[in-house]
Amino acid sequence: MTVRTALTALFLCLPLHHLAAQDTVPPVEQGVRIGITYTPGLRPGLMVLGGPRIEIMDSIRAILSRDFDFSDRFEVISLPTGDSLVLGVSSAESQGVPRAEDQLFVNYSLHAALGADYAVAVLPTVEPFSTAVVLFDVRGETERGRFEIIGTDGSDDALRLSVHRVADEMVRLASGEPGYAASRVLFVSNGRLYRVDADGAQRTGVSDAGARTFSPTWDPTGARAIYTELYDGWGRIVVHDIVSDQKRTVPPTSELLNYTAAISPDGTLLAFSRSTEDGTDIYRYNLAQDCCLERLTVGRFSDNLSPTFSPDGRQLAFISTRAGGQQVYVMSADGTGQELFAPFDYGVTGNSNAPEWSPDGTQVAFHRDVMGSPQIFVMDVRSRVVRQLTSFGRNEDPTWAPDGRHLAFVSNRTRRRQVWVIDIESGRVRQLTTVGDARLPAWSRRIQVPVQP
Amino acid sequence: MKVKVTVFVGMAAMIVAAACGGGQPEVVTPAIDSTAIRDSIAREEARRRAYEDSVRRAREEEDRLRREREEAARREAAMTAEVRNMLATAINFDFDRSAIRDGRDMDVMQSKLAILQANGGLSIEIVGHCDERGSDEYNMALGMRRANAAKQWLVDRGIAENRIVVKSMGEEQPAAMGANEDAWAQNRRDEFTITAGGDQLVKPAGM
Repeated sequence: MTVRTALTALFLCLPLHHLAAQDTVPPVEQGVRIGITYTPGLRPGLMVLGGPRIEIMDSIRAILSRDFDFSDRFEVISLPTGDSLVLGVSSAESQGVPRAEDQLFVNYSLHAALGADYAVAVLPTVEPFSTAVVLFDVRGETERGRFEIIGTDGSDDALRLSVHRVADEMVRLASGEPGYAASRVLFVSNGRLYRVDADGAQRTGVSDAGARTFSPTWDPTGARAIYTELYDGWGRIVVHDIVSDQKRTVPPTSELLNYTAAISPDGTLLAFSRSTEDGTDIYRYNLAQDCCLERLTVGRFSDNLSPTFSPDGRQLAFISTRAGGQQVYVMSADGTGQELFAPFDYGVTGNSNAPEWSPDGTQVAFHRDVMGSPQIFVMDVRSRVVRQLTSFGRNEDPTWAPDGRHLAFVSNRTRRRQVWVIDIESGRVRQLTTVGDARLPAWSRRIQVPVQP
Repeated sequence: MKVKVTVFVGMAAMIVAAACGGGQPEVVTPAIDSTAIRDSIAREEARRRAYEDSVRRAREEEDRLRREREEAARREAAMTAEVRNMLATAINFDFDRSAIRDGRDMDVMQSKLAILQANGGLSIEIVGHCDERGSDEYNMALGMRRANAAKQWLVDRGIAENRIVVKSMGEEQPAAMGANEDAWAQNRRDEFTITAGGDQLVKPAGM
């Protein structure tokens, strides 16, 4: 069986047959905590245990450790290289490589003494190309969940995505909220569009090498990238299927300058900006029916651009210069009821740009000029209170991770423009990209579709 | 039958004898007139010289005309190039502004207006550009506003709208690299290019 064949039969996040252990621990639902209770700001310890030194499993352990770390919901406990702190198995099966099917012996007290609240083991199964990942609640001394991953190549797109999905599910089991590892970020570097996994690995070109791409976004499934191709001073919006690598131009955008595409949460509507002799305004097009171009704003003496859908698809936040500078406004998805969204003091508050509505709808992120440099802000939708997240260097173009807790943004804090990620609860930042002049990031929702062969 | 053949042979023999002649021809040596020969040669020489002179003059005239044509074409090309350069001169903008500035930029626009007025077949494209400091996406809109500002200024002064196309490149094509005010000032600009009717351009009077 080839890896590819095995991957086509992949069944992700499928709990294994050790249901007896899970029976003792009811499924964790949101808002219900059993065993350790996750509290923001108090991160439980998590340890990825050593085990059989099989290359694929080492890769899986490394990916899982990074995903848990980047979730910012755990204190990932690293052990010295060559550690012997591994799973034990019962005496009857203690010979040879321990397998997931063996009666596992976890030294809960030792792991607890090392500060672990959770432990994760990666083990082979009797099935070929199959690896089991097991989550243990150290304090509760119980097994919390098992997942199977099929694949043999740690650099393989499909295997990596399935490991990310397992990590996200384990984060959900341990914290009540799923992680965001099984998602991707689009960004533009020197005109070309790339995608990268949420952990910064697997950078892959999406657009042609010679293309000049601009303002990318995702469809809700993560199957398609939507972006502008600049040509001869104009820009057409293309829908690029990541799986088949096929792309098509959205018909009414084949002429003029069209950009800042946004897709409605149900994937049917495209909102975008168009710059013409009449100014820059927001339009809406029905992608599902391939019809019905509508103009939502009529600026004439002002610019309207950068639309972003609310998660329920009923509203659009956008940028308008109707009051002079650029500020964040909101309207119904049909263009009615346009009003100021993020408050500002006229003549005092800097320009605001690049709004993006959070996945849970409670916040809108954008960047705003502060003493000549853009900084990342978030606004609470209900209270309209605005909070500044960054202050060092130029920080712009924020985009939400699927967990609604992390933002990717462009920063020149290391002199070169790169995409960084910030945890808005802890303020922790990490660099996501390392290529030249990365910009215009767009974070997908959790990838829901099979990955390409 | 036999009699007819005999008569025919006899007549043929007589005809052949008459054709061959009877005796030796007389040889006559004409008198040589050397003066006439010299005159004839002189006339031929004169005609030849006259012909060569006419060819030379024709060639000289042709060369002169060619030089004049070349000179005219060179002057025309120089004028077209000069007008093209004047037309291609960029105008610049203040930060986050799209208003055409008084002074040098307004003078540049006046010259473009005169050129468009003097060359009715001329069509142009105006592309607005921005420096890197604004939002990438907003800069697309700002670039379009800058291009529109120049177009509207020309249209307000009588240039037909359909002779001018506007586009924006935002901050995507900087004219100068660098993160300093000099580079930014150069990058905040409108660029003007000819899209039709630019092969032969007339320089407006007074320029």
